[in-house]
Amino acid sequence: MTSPTAASSHRLERSITRLGRAGLATVQAVADVRTWAPHVIPQMRRLGVDSVPIALFIAIFTGIVLSLLSKYIFTGAVPLYFVGALVGKTVMMELGPVLTGLVLAGRVGANIAAELGTMRVTEQVDALETLAYNPRSYLVVPRVLAGVFMFPVVTALAMGVGVAAGWVTAINLLDLSTLEFVKGLRLFYRFKDIWFGLLKAASFGAAVTLAGCVQGLGTRGGAEGVGRNTTRAVVLGCEAILVLDAFWALVLL
Amino acid sequence: MIRFTEVHKGFGPKVVLDGLTLDIPEGKTTVLIGFSGTGKSVALKHIVGLLAPDQGAVSVEGRIVHELSPEGLAELRSQVGYVFQFAALFDSLSVEDNIRLGLARRGLDRYEIEDRIRDSLALVDLAGAEERFPAELSGGMRKRVGIARAIAFRPRYILYDEPTTGLDPVTSAVIDELMVRARRELGVTGVVVTHDMRSAYTVGDRIAMLYHGRIRQVGTIDEIRQTDDPVVRNFIEGRPTEDDRRLLEGTPS
Ligand SMILES: Nc1ncnc2c1ncn2[C@@H]1O[C@H](COP(=O)(O)OP(=O)(O)OP(=O)(O)O)[C@@H](O)[C@H]1O
Ligand SMILES: [Mg+2]
Repeated sequence: MTSPTAASSHRLERSITRLGRAGLATVQAVADVRTWAPHVIPQMRRLGVDSVPIALFIAIFTGIVLSLLSKYIFTGAVPLYFVGALVGKTVMMELGPVLTGLVLAGRVGANIAAELGTMRVTEQVDALETLAYNPRSYLVVPRVLAGVFMFPVVTALAMGVGVAAGWVTAINLLDLSTLEFVKGLRLFYRFKDIWFGLLKAASFGAAVTLAGCVQGLGTRGGAEGVGRNTTRAVVLGCEAILVLDAFWALVLL
Repeated sequence: MIRFTEVHKGFGPKVVLDGLTLDIPEGKTTVLIGFSGTGKSVALKHIVGLLAPDQGAVSVEGRIVHELSPEGLAELRSQVGYVFQFAALFDSLSVEDNIRLGLARRGLDRYEIEDRIRDSLALVDLAGAEERFPAELSGGMRKRVGIARAIAFRPRYILYDEPTTGLDPVTSAVIDELMVRARRELGVTGVVVTHDMRSAYTVGDRIAMLYHGRIRQVGTIDEIRQTDDPVVRNFIEGRPTEDDRRLLEGTPS
């Protein structure tokens, strides 16, 4: 019989070894530039550009609702031009990155997990290995990089469109002039609002694509396995977004 | 020389290889036969390090596969062509790109690569299919592309996992001839997993039967044909034993 402490120290040792191996594998995968480099741009197009319509769709409605909500909240006690401040701050710092991230977790995370999962169960990943390619370099690195670059781009577009939708709503439905809306928008604006939002988006991009890749490559057992791991990838991606969101708020605000 | 020494491999509680010992000599074709689900594919995967043994070792030219560094493993894999049981073509790539992927890193110039692609497709009688995608091909065509992909980089070893299963008799005969020529003209060492005894007798120099996780018998074609081992005899003659019949009828034993 091994004592509980010996067993737990053994377990600790094993998880450290495993962590070390994973770290080493990551370094090796990233170092293999000529394998992943040609695939980054196509992945950026696929994961990023193709996600723009849905992200903008959401941004438009977020902007409209925020505008209406802030009018309701202020109820005359606060000057109406604060609508601009509220819409701007929330869209840039929170709702833009998070809602975009959550939608892309569904779209991009599921897409990656299903694709890599199918490749895994049809032995395409094995085939890649026998052709002396490292699947991490060939499949994972370009997707994660594309996520890190493209989530902020899509989020930036969503921020712009969201604020614009809030503005259009304000001048049409809230008796607010453009001048007043912009006054509110600029009142509390700091450059940090934008980079804070975009930094969050980049971290969401890494989390969502990694969740998709890990679940996809870890798929076992046929079509059912692909379905199961795709769902897991989306759930994991969404959870990671919310946790990271809280993390950045704690660390940077 | 490929050498299996006392290889044990299980998945969870299920034991697949149970002390497999087998030598595969250079320059010859060794045929591996055995009932469905006995672990023939699992055995092949050990040769290129897609699976690692729980106990024992597989060595290729004296190098123990599961102990190789990533570079060593890549080097080994660049000498071994693997024809997957279900082809495992990359379905996002056209036929020619599937083959090109295996050739991309072998220091060949552009023209050589194009030549190799054309030659290997012609060898499997698929000239003209360059631009098509795996989803547009029949099962047999996919299998032949898989073979073309494996032979295109002129490996020293080729592992064929059921290369003729599911093909019509004429195409099977063409593939058999191809395997014979690969050995004769290019000196390739072959391992062929097959259920098709006619094919086994045509391409094989030696036949080994895997049974309950270990080699039941190994010998030249004549030795196997004249075997007095009832298990081997029943298998090569395709005669069900009493046990098999009972299984079919579902009578409780
Ligand atoms: N990755 C895996 N995880 C779990 N079990 C596996 C795995 N690969 C193979 N097995 C199991 O190992 C056993 C042997 O499988 P294998 O594919 O090697 O059989 P085979 O001899 O090639 O059969 P066939 O002639 O039908 O192709 C099977 O019972 C299979 O379920
Ligand atoms: Mg098999």
